[in-house]
Amino acid sequence: MALQQLSQTADLLSEASRAKIDMWLKKYPAEQQRSAVIPALHIVQEQNQGWLTTELLDAVADYLALPKIAVYEVANFYSMFELSPVGRHKICVCSSISCMLCDNESIMQHLEKRLGIKMDETTQDGKFTLKRVECLAACRNAPVLQIGHQYHENLTPEKIDAILDGLE
Amino acid sequence: MVKIEIDGKQVEAEPGSMIIEVADREGVHIPRFCYHRKLSIAANCRMCIVEVEKMGKPVPACATPVTDGMCVFTKSEKARASQKAVMEFLLINHPLDCPICDQGGECELQDVSLGFGQDISRFAEGKRAVKDKNLGPLVATDMTRCIHCTRCVRFGQEIAGVPELGLIGRGENTEIGMYIEHSMASELSGNIIDLCPVGALTSKPFRFAARAWELRAHASIAAHDCVGSNIYLHTRCSEIMRAVPNDNEAINETWISDRDRYSYQGFASDERVTRPLLRKEGKWQDADWQTAFQVTVDSLKKVIAEHGADQVGVILSPNATLEEHYLLQKLARALDCHNIDHRLRETDFSDQASLSQYPSLGMPITKLEKQDMIFLLGANIQHEQPLLGHRVRKASLQGANVTALSVMQHAYNFSLNSQQVVHPTAFVNALAAITKAAYQHANVQVPAHIAAVLETIDVDVTAQQIAEQLKDADKASIILGNTALYHPQAAYVRTLAHALAQQTGASVGTVSDGANSAGACLAGSLPHRGPAGITQNNTGLDTQAMFAAGLKAYVLFNVEPELDCANPGVASEAVAKADFVVAMNPYNAGILAQYGNVILPIVPVSETSGTFINIEGIWQHFAAATVAQGQARPGWKVLRVLGNLLEIEGFNYVSSQEVCDEIREIINTQNFTSADNEHMLVRLETASSETLWRITQWPIYRVDNVVRRAPALQAAASSGGPAAVHFNRHLADKLQLTDGDTAIVKQGDEQIRLKVAVNNAIPNHCALVPGGFSETANLLDSFAELTIVRS
Ligand code: SF4
Ligand code: FES
Ligand code: FES
Repeated sequence: MALQQLSQTADLLSEASRAKIDMWLKKYPAEQQRSAVIPALHIVQEQNQGWLTTELLDAVADYLALPKIAVYEVANFYSMFELSPVGRHKICVCSSISCMLCDNESIMQHLEKRLGIKMDETTQDGKFTLKRVECLAACRNAPVLQIGHQYHENLTPEKIDAILDGLE
Repeated sequence: MVKIEIDGKQVEAEPGSMIIEVADREGVHIPRFCYHRKLSIAANCRMCIVEVEKMGKPVPACATPVTDGMCVFTKSEKARASQKAVMEFLLINHPLDCPICDQGGECELQDVSLGFGQDISRFAEGKRAVKDKNLGPLVATDMTRCIHCTRCVRFGQEIAGVPELGLIGRGENTEIGMYIEHSMASELSGNIIDLCPVGALTSKPFRFAARAWELRAHASIAAHDCVGSNIYLHTRCSEIMRAVPNDNEAINETWISDRDRYSYQGFASDERVTRPLLRKEGKWQDADWQTAFQVTVDSLKKVIAEHGADQVGVILSPNATLEEHYLLQKLARALDCHNIDHRLRETDFSDQASLSQYPSLGMPITKLEKQDMIFLLGANIQHEQPLLGHRVRKASLQGANVTALSVMQHAYNFSLNSQQVVHPTAFVNALAAITKAAYQHANVQVPAHIAAVLETIDVDVTAQQIAEQLKDADKASIILGNTALYHPQAAYVRTLAHALAQQTGASVGTVSDGANSAGACLAGSLPHRGPAGITQNNTGLDTQAMFAAGLKAYVLFNVEPELDCANPGVASEAVAKADFVVAMNPYNAGILAQYGNVILPIVPVSETSGTFINIEGIWQHFAAATVAQGQARPGWKVLRVLGNLLEIEGFNYVSSQEVCDEIREIINTQNFTSADNEHMLVRLETASSETLWRITQWPIYRVDNVVRRAPALQAAASSGGPAAVHFNRHLADKLQLTDGDTAIVKQGDEQIRLKVAVNNAIPNHCALVPGGFSETANLLDSFAELTIVRS
């Protein structure tokens, strides 16, 4: 006799997150809460040091009254969602064609050397994560990387040193 | 209608229908993987690509609507080339090792690649491999074979209503899975095996047991609920290897429940008896049929001679065939014994004389999904009759108002308009309030036969709303489920439901127990009515009265009294104390193994021919799918011999068909009233809903002797086991008990120890103790007071 257990997961979402999700919910017709999954996951990911636990995915599903699998699918599909812990600063380096032509290889190498980790790894102290991503849509200023909401373009090793030095 | 041309043939088609539908109807084969006529259109496999004149590119036939004058070419060079290209792409990542795949020989991919694939793969690179998923004991996975058609995903969302599978990951890394693994909970989960066009999802119990081409298919009828789903039993030599659906739009469409799919395992249980057994000096001894029959006949004659025929009780399972019911009641009545019944779990028979001749849904099964309102009265319909549950879900998806009144919250896979969960003692009053509201609303005088009950009832807003909705709905149906029928005041429930229906214009459906309650009633397996529902001069005892009376002899047919009956404690005691108990059963177990005197081994439905009458009143005949095991024999043959040995006239049947014809003849002479008559109700003394009451459900996989012996079902997520006492957090706190603790549960003088399951679906002052478990077989009434203490 499987039973609907009343959801106790809503309090995993901070009040601020819930308020923000509610705002998104208002933008879609009622009964179309599914449309708010992506913004909701972004919001909740931000609340949790940049990554999503299964409990948080379930909480989002409950909050939007969706089957859990519907949220798992989205969280697994988009590379912007992290399902394991990431460093305080997630450095997303574009690996697509324009950046490749503009030698993003040396950018990645420099980052790897400077931080002592490989792409898609996190530093011991939990400060940085290097991530290879697809086109960031800033091709004309390739090579490009993104940290948080900030884009950094026309990269050179020197520029990278300056960026890293400026990060807490 | 639009006119289109498919491969040069002019055809008419419904505007908006897809090319593939029209082609299917016209018998033009277009290859496909993701398209399925019962699922939404995904158009993701691209196998169905065809050429359409004046369209630049080839188009997917499953997602291209027909338009007037369209010319479709399914076999043109362009179409063929595209289909072949798609096939090659699909095979890039698919293993080419059909000989070691469980699906080999019945695989859509294999078939289509034979027609559209190449002999040699041009893809020399490494193929991807995907980790298998554990979906529970019913469905096996071989995920490397998945072609991402998403039929299984859509089935979960659209049909099962329990979306459990999804597409995880992206691009090359896409996998079908649950992300967080668990056992599938849907009671229809096995259908994804049939849907999966490749060997990614197969039947776990059947896995690698046989090849499709070694099997013979035998059309049969599923024997676990009153829907009577059409199935094929697949045999190899004489062994039943599996069960699969047999399409019948009017009954089960293309689906079957997991219960109907995996119950075949029970046919091969170790507890099967394959030769007659006699108890001698307290021990079972093998006997030949002749001796066993002789002992039975002598013992019955002795009891009748010494104590009278009314000291014999005859109890049959509602899963017995029409012919078996008929023969056994004929035999009993010829001996002047009128204690005949098949209603094992019902307890209130006070209105039996005024009921219609047989339980009925009150409409064709296909109409259920067309209702505007369905009022579920004590019906856990998804578990009781999974495919009726599916129809209710369809109605609900089409916007029907589904409303429930029950004694506990059920986890339905459709949304409810409103749900009222009440203490069992308040169940009748809740219905009475709705009934009264209906009469008040219409400003009509309450009919005399229910006036006494309605007098003292207060009508609340909920009752008013439901009454008004029933009245306003164009097509409304009130469905009486197990709780309504097993309730100690079932006569009130039935009478009020009919009065409510009459006032609001709704129909009433009684969804009965087992596969053949309707057949049992029409065959005369009732204490007060003979074949065709003809009222008898002598009324015998009903099941509960037979056990309560402690008769001298019992004749039990396909019944396990301590697991199948409403009051297992009393039933067991009666069996233990009787002078003579003969059981015609396929199994030797439990209380009968302990106290029975003779076991006449009969066969389960797979080994006999017979007839079931389903809830729509459809007579469904079936033949034996395989030979009887050992010396076990079909029930009708055993009864025929018994009749002859008892020197009763007219027992010389040569086939079950002959028995069936005889019943038909009697029935043809009768006029049937479908509506129930008006049963006079007296004022109801309601017990307090503040005292702790037992509520009982027979979990989906505990309903009869066969499913209880299917290991895969017992291991399934929705098996309802292991046995436990369920109550809500509130009561748990009061009793200082929590999940996993052991509690002592008492009813009368009986007490048992049970594990505690805290379950907030149970209302206050109630505890759910499931039936059908040996652990709970010592308890008493299904719906009655009980006490629980810490152990
Ligand atoms: S498992 Fe089978 S049904 Fe499901 S997507 Fe893969 S191939 Fe299709
Ligand atoms: S390719 Fe790097 S930003 Fe577009
Ligand atoms: S069947 Fe048409 S795209 Fe799959």
